[in-house]
Amino acid sequence: MNIMPNSVRQRIRSIMFKLPLMITCAEFEEFITAYLDGSLSNKQRRIFEFHLAVCRECRDYLAAYRTAMTVTGDVLNTQTADTLADVPEDLVSAVLAARASQDRK
Amino acid sequence: MNLPESTDLVSGTEQKPHTLIGKDKVATEQFVRANLGWMLAVAKRIVVDGSIAEDVVQDAFSNVFKNLEAFRGDAALKTWMHRIVVNQALMALRKQRRRNEQPIDDLLPEFDDAGCRIDEPSMLSHLAQTPEALLLSSDRRQQVLASIDRLPDSYRVVLMLRDIEELSTSEVAEMTGLTEANVKVRLHRARAALKKLLSPLFEGTAL
Repeated sequence: MNIMPNSVRQRIRSIMFKLPLMITCAEFEEFITAYLDGSLSNKQRRIFEFHLAVCRECRDYLAAYRTAMTVTGDVLNTQTADTLADVPEDLVSAVLAARASQDRK
Repeated sequence: MNLPESTDLVSGTEQKPHTLIGKDKVATEQFVRANLGWMLAVAKRIVVDGSIAEDVVQDAFSNVFKNLEAFRGDAALKTWMHRIVVNQALMALRKQRRRNEQPIDDLLPEFDDAGCRIDEPSMLSHLAQTPEALLLSSDRRQQVLASIDRLPDSYRVVLMLRDIEELSTSEVAEMTGLTEANVKVRLHRARAALKKLLSPLFEGTAL
């Protein structure tokens, strides 16, 4: 699939990223959070998306980054559902007992 | 008295002004049952350990009852209680010394001298296009939880508060004592580290 050896590809990319309006992958990395929460300026967003269009590594990276966020959210949501479905009775009693004794004070 | 929408916390029952909760036994029990589950879930996400999370919930309820009279309804009751349980959990976490966390530097992406990414490709990037592959078995979910647990606390907590509890950057800064800039950096690093921790779990996943 890759005709060019990696070292050549790396060198081409490192030259390309120095062109005007281009950023390196390291710079791209710094903008990911702002890009995802929509707080980049229009110009910054265009530069970010241009890098995304030309750099497969960052495209794959960002896709994996977002999937990791989705997976994390899903797993924690399931954990919440499990907790809600099985509220410990002894904890309910303990909270109520503590409240009753607080009241008597 | 004007009731905020938060009284729906005692849903399906005759609604009581929240200032009465705690004086009336039945209302108190309904209130506790309506809120204990989500509060426990929040506490678990932050402190991880189940029995510490239960202590957090007890302390949070005692705090809620103590301040209920003073609660003026200028914020939704649930929002106010959410902050209480988060703060209580953060306090409990500070007292804990932790277990199996991995240094964050080992988990961040790497770049060569020219700033080019040198990252092994992750199966996660392909899974993005196949959401059904994300329906996880219970084993896999346990592995994901264990991976989250390997994030250093100071990063994991920011990720939980921002991405899961959906607090704003400034709220998280206020609760953790970090600067807003630092919250943003930590959020990004936590997500990046998690991407690295989760990737091996999905190697060999059929597409």
